[in-house]
Amino acid sequence: MTRPTRLDGNVLAGPLSEVFSVDLTAAARLCSVCGDEGVCAQLLVYADGPGLVARCPGCAVLVLRLVRTPHGVVLDLGGTGCVTIPLGEEP
Amino acid sequence: MNLITRGFHGRRGGDPARIPPGQYEAHDFPVLSVGPTPRVDTDDWAFTVTTETGTAHSWTWDEFLGLAQERPHVDIHCVTRWSKLDTDWVGVSVDTLLADVESTADYAVAHSYGGYTTNLPLEDLTDGQAWIVHTFDGEPLAAEHGGPARLLVPHLYFWKSAKWVKGLTLTPGDEPGFWEQAGYHDYGDPWREQRYRGD
Amino acid sequence: MPSWTTATLEADRWETPTARTLVLSVPGWAGHRPGQHVDVQLRAEDGYTAERSYSIASASGPDRLELTVQLAPGGEVSPYLVQEFRPGDRVRVRGPLGGWFVWRTADPDPVVLVGGGSGVVPLASMVRERRRTGGRALFRILYSLRSPDDRYYAGDLGAASDPGVDVFLAYTRSAPPGSVRGAKRLSVADLNTHGFPAEFTPLCYVCGPTGFVETVADGLIALGHDPRRIRTERYGSGGGR
Repeated sequence: MTRPTRLDGNVLAGPLSEVFSVDLTAAARLCSVCGDEGVCAQLLVYADGPGLVARCPGCAVLVLRLVRTPHGVVLDLGGTGCVTIPLGEEP
Repeated sequence: MNLITRGFHGRRGGDPARIPPGQYEAHDFPVLSVGPTPRVDTDDWAFTVTTETGTAHSWTWDEFLGLAQERPHVDIHCVTRWSKLDTDWVGVSVDTLLADVESTADYAVAHSYGGYTTNLPLEDLTDGQAWIVHTFDGEPLAAEHGGPARLLVPHLYFWKSAKWVKGLTLTPGDEPGFWEQAGYHDYGDPWREQRYRGD
Repeated sequence: MPSWTTATLEADRWETPTARTLVLSVPGWAGHRPGQHVDVQLRAEDGYTAERSYSIASASGPDRLELTVQLAPGGEVSPYLVQEFRPGDRVRVRGPLGGWFVWRTADPDPVVLVGGGSGVVPLASMVRERRRTGGRALFRILYSLRSPDDRYYAGDLGAASDPGVDVFLAYTRSAPPGSVRGAKRLSVADLNTHGFPAEFTPLCYVCGPTGFVETVADGLIALGHDPRRIRTERYGSGGGR
């Protein structure tokens, strides 16, 4: 590929399942920078690089960095918003 | 469980004298990004070296182009496993940019438009090992590849060669950058496969 | 909690000369919700691994699932899965994954499904699950594809056995002879004509390459659809992620 590929938060479901017991991609997110209200599945995700990088679709602020190393998963949750995780079966 | 998928080899190979372990030779030029591509007008561009005492040295685009230009011909190695041989660049040696800078710092952090950072030992940026380049393969460096200008440090993994670079901050200690904070190696020598912290 | 499990190729079907449906046997697989995906992991003998995400194409069922993989020339994983992977060969899969881009079979609301290229795969799972469960929600599918030769699931998607499911094929490069619409990009007019009106408050699912998904989502919003009723999934080239 010669152009950058931008995906979305749906692709985070598998990597995050190694860390969390609930599906975070269906969780609502309120951005503390721009006020964007969305769902983690709607984050902008840059997945071609050395790790996964997710950004807010409203303001592009960094929301998540995730790197799988031989030693573990390195996860930066950014601190730029709050997520509300549904605890029922259906979103 | 170490299940092997029959017949799967992944991308492999190339001349072992030039392709480091775990890498394959790419013939295209993959674009990797951690965010939206910054669009920086050369009228607004500036490159700034800031020392550990806060002294700043800046160049506008025209001043930058007025410095001595070099033409590195190098191989590059990305930690996502592609290597690209015989790439041609035009730019200014970091030695030239540091010539009048007084510093006793041992490290540097490269800063980019868009917020990306990466850390390097200062000794890996000097002695003809690193450039700020603005031309690739005879053409102005495309924004997707880091234009107007990017850092080029070919002897380290390519995430050290920050795209859209706008400055170097010289630091007494090693301060991890964007990928280094997230588990990648602080130095990143492809021939020693220093991919992750602890490798 | 999804964890990695072994999947063995049991059978395959060619959807087009460059797209292959893989029927995977996965003992213990408990089914999925339509729209979900799996991560597929390939491991070489030297320990090198590669992972990609693929949407599930089949209806939910035990011990088996189907993926459709589009060949991406120059790719690392899709050429293996399309051209080299043989019955009896094994990969690892993790899933089912994703709780947002899913259709609930109990939801009676009308549904607009818009797929670009291999983005039709998770939409096919929704149609097949509707069929399996005897669902009666009204579906309108807009399937954007380059040419008739690129069509997945011909004879299945839009089958007469699916009353209440309308399929509109939007050819972008070459249309069949006699086509009135001809070949052009899926437009807002197409969405207006072949989707449900916004006042029906349908659920909208859009899947395909990033540019396609964003253009379609913008078009749906321009037609008055509530952004909160639009669910999107972006693919990289080749239908994997």
